Amino acid sequence: MSVTVDVAVVGAGPAGLAAAVAAAEAGARVAVVDAGNQPGGQFWRHAPETVQRQAADVQADGHGHHGWNTYLDLRARFDAAQHAGRITYLPGLQVWMAERSEDGFVLRTTPAVASAGAAPVTVTADRLVLCPGGYDRQLPVPGWDLPGVLAAGGIQAFIKANGVLPGKRFVIAGTGPFLLPVAAGIAEAGGKVLAVLESSAPSAWLPHLAAASGVPGKALEGAEYAAAFARHRIPYRTRSIVTEVLGSDRASGVRTARVDPAGRVRPGTERVYGDVDVVGFGWGFTPQMELPVSLGVETRLDADGSLVGVVDDRQQSSVPGLYLAGEVTGVGGATLAVLEGLAAGAAAARPDPGVPVKPPAAIARHRRFAQAMHQAHPVPAAWQDWLTPDTTVCRCEEVTAGDITEAREDLGARDVRSLKSFTRAGMGWCQGRVCGFAAACLGAGPGEAPGAGSLAGSAKRPLAAPVGIGELAALDG
Amino acid sequence: MNPQPVTITFDGRPLTAAAGQSVGAALASQGVTAWRSTRKGGRPRGLFCGIGVCFDCLVTVDGETNQRACLVEVCEGMEVEGS
Ligand SMILES: Cc1cc2nc3c(=O)[nH]c(=O)nc-3n(C[C@H](O)[C@H](O)[C@H](O)COP(=O)(O)OP(=O)(O)OC[C@H]3O[C@@H](n4cnc5c(N)ncnc54)[C@H](O)[C@@H]3O)c2cc1C
Ligand code: FES
Repeated sequence: MSVTVDVAVVGAGPAGLAAAVAAAEAGARVAVVDAGNQPGGQFWRHAPETVQRQAADVQADGHGHHGWNTYLDLRARFDAAQHAGRITYLPGLQVWMAERSEDGFVLRTTPAVASAGAAPVTVTADRLVLCPGGYDRQLPVPGWDLPGVLAAGGIQAFIKANGVLPGKRFVIAGTGPFLLPVAAGIAEAGGKVLAVLESSAPSAWLPHLAAASGVPGKALEGAEYAAAFARHRIPYRTRSIVTEVLGSDRASGVRTARVDPAGRVRPGTERVYGDVDVVGFGWGFTPQMELPVSLGVETRLDADGSLVGVVDDRQQSSVPGLYLAGEVTGVGGATLAVLEGLAAGAAAARPDPGVPVKPPAAIARHRRFAQAMHQAHPVPAAWQDWLTPDTTVCRCEEVTAGDITEAREDLGARDVRSLKSFTRAGMGWCQGRVCGFAAACLGAGPGEAPGAGSLAGSAKRPLAAPVGIGELAALDG
Repeated sequence: MNPQPVTITFDGRPLTAAAGQSVGAALASQGVTAWRSTRKGGRPRGLFCGIGVCFDCLVTVDGETNQRACLVEVCEGMEVEGS
C-alpha cells in the first residue's frame, strides 16, 4: 500500500501528535507513522485501548501523567482530523528507511510486531516532520547485563502500559530529574524503592532555576515528587552510584558508593543492598538520530553530550522541507516537545507563510531550563573508572571494556566506527543504540567525552529497524 | 482497568496474563525474568529497555522468531517460546 500526502510525521509522542494536529488544522493532508499501537509516545504511554474501556478509564490513564489534559486536548483534535480525513494514522509501523526524492521524501515501513498484521505502507510526502523521540542513555557497570536490570524509563513504560510492576524491590540509579517520577511511579504502584542514587548533587537549585528560567511549573513538579518521596519514605542519595549489580543468573542486590564531583568512588563508602529484584538505570536520554542523520541534517552536540539536529526558528533542519521536533532537537521533556511539534507542524503545512513567524517565547524558556538541567546532571567524568576489563559494554555482541580498551590502545581505534570494525561493538541487533554513547566515550579515552563525529558514526545505521529480505528486495522493483 | 485474563503458553507451560499486556510483562509479572541466552557467553537475557530498542527480549511468537517481547501484546492461546 502507499499513501501520498503534503506532510508526513514520524512519531506520535508529544512532538508528533502536536505536529500532526497543527499541520492538519493549517489545511495540510497529513500521514502519521508510529511504531506504537496507539498515540502517546513514551511520555503519554497508557493502558492498551484494545481492551474494552469506559470514560473513567481514560481519565484514570492520566494518573501519574503530567500534562494529561494537554494529551486529551491534542488527542481529541487528532481524532477529529482523522475523522475529517485530514490525518491518515499508521500505527504499529516502523520507518526503516527515509529517502529524499526529487520533490520530497519517501518513507518505507515495516510492522513493529510481525504477528500484529499491520501491512507495510510506503509514504510519499512533500514535507517531513521527524519526531522519533529517544530512549534511556546507559553507562555500563559490572553486572548490568543481568536479568532484572532495566532502563529506568523502561520501568516507567512497563507500569504505564501494563498496570503491573516488573518486580517488588527496586533500586534506581543514574542521574537527572527523571529518576524522581520513575521512583514515585513505582511506589504509587505498590513497589518498594530501597533507594534512588543520584550521581550529582542538585540540592536547592531547582526552584530557583525554574523561576529564573521562567518555567515555574517545573518547581511545582519537583515539589510533588519531594512529597511523594516523603510519603513513601524513599531515600534519595546524592553523589552516589551503583558500582556493581550483584547476582549470578539474575540481579539480587547492588553494591553502591559515594562519589566525588568527578564521579570517582570515595574509598570506605561502599555499601550493599541485598534482596533487590529490579535495578533501574538512567543517565539521561539518547535522541533517536538515525533518520535525521540518514537524511543528512546538520548536527551538533547538546549540553548533555547527545548528538542532536540543528533547527531554525521554525524547526526546519538544514535539509529544506525536513522539520525536527522533540528530543531530536535536544532532550527537553514533553512540554517543550509539544511546543516544538506545534511550531514544526504549522511550518510544514505552510513553508512560506508570507509574513515572518516568530517562535513562541516559551520554547526559548524551556530550552534554557533544559540546558541548566543538563549542566546540573552531567555524566560523571570518571565513569570509565567504574568498569573492570570484563564488564560487558556491547550487550548484543558481548564485547567487554577490556576488548575496547585494547582496540583503542593497540589498534588506535578512537571512534565508534573503527571500534565497530575491530571489536564488533554496536554490530548486533540493536545496532549500537544501547552501547553507542559508552563505546564512543571509551574510544575517546578515560575522562574524555566523545565528539559529534564519533556519535554521528554511531547514529549512522544502514536500516532504522530490522527488515525482512522481502522488503529489501521490493526496493528493486 | 479491569481486563479479562487470557491464557498463553510459555515453552509449553500455560500462563495467565491480563488482556492487553505485553508478553514481556506477562512473563516478568509471573517472576520469569530471562527467556533467552546469548550466543557467545550463554548469558541469560530478558527485558532491558522496555520500549523496543535493545532487542534483548527476543522471543518466538506463534512460530515467528525474533519478536520483541516488550512490544507484542498477549492474546488468547498465543504460543511463546524462549531461545
Ligand atoms: C521509556 C521512556 C519513558 C519515559 N517516561 C517519562 C516520564 O514518565 N516522565 C517524563 O517527564 N518523561 C519521560 N520520558 C521522557 C519523555 O518521553 C520525553 O521527554 C518526551 O516523550 C519526548 O517526546 P517526543 O515526542 O520527542 O518523543 P517520544 O514520546 O519518545 O515519541 C516518539 C515516538 O516515535 C516513535 N518512533 C521512533 N522512531 C520511529 C520509527 N523509525 N518509525 C516509527 N515510529 C518511530 C516511537 O515509537 C514513539 O512513539 C520517558 C522517556 C522514555 C524513553
Ligand atoms: S526490552 Fe528492549 S527491545 Fe524489548
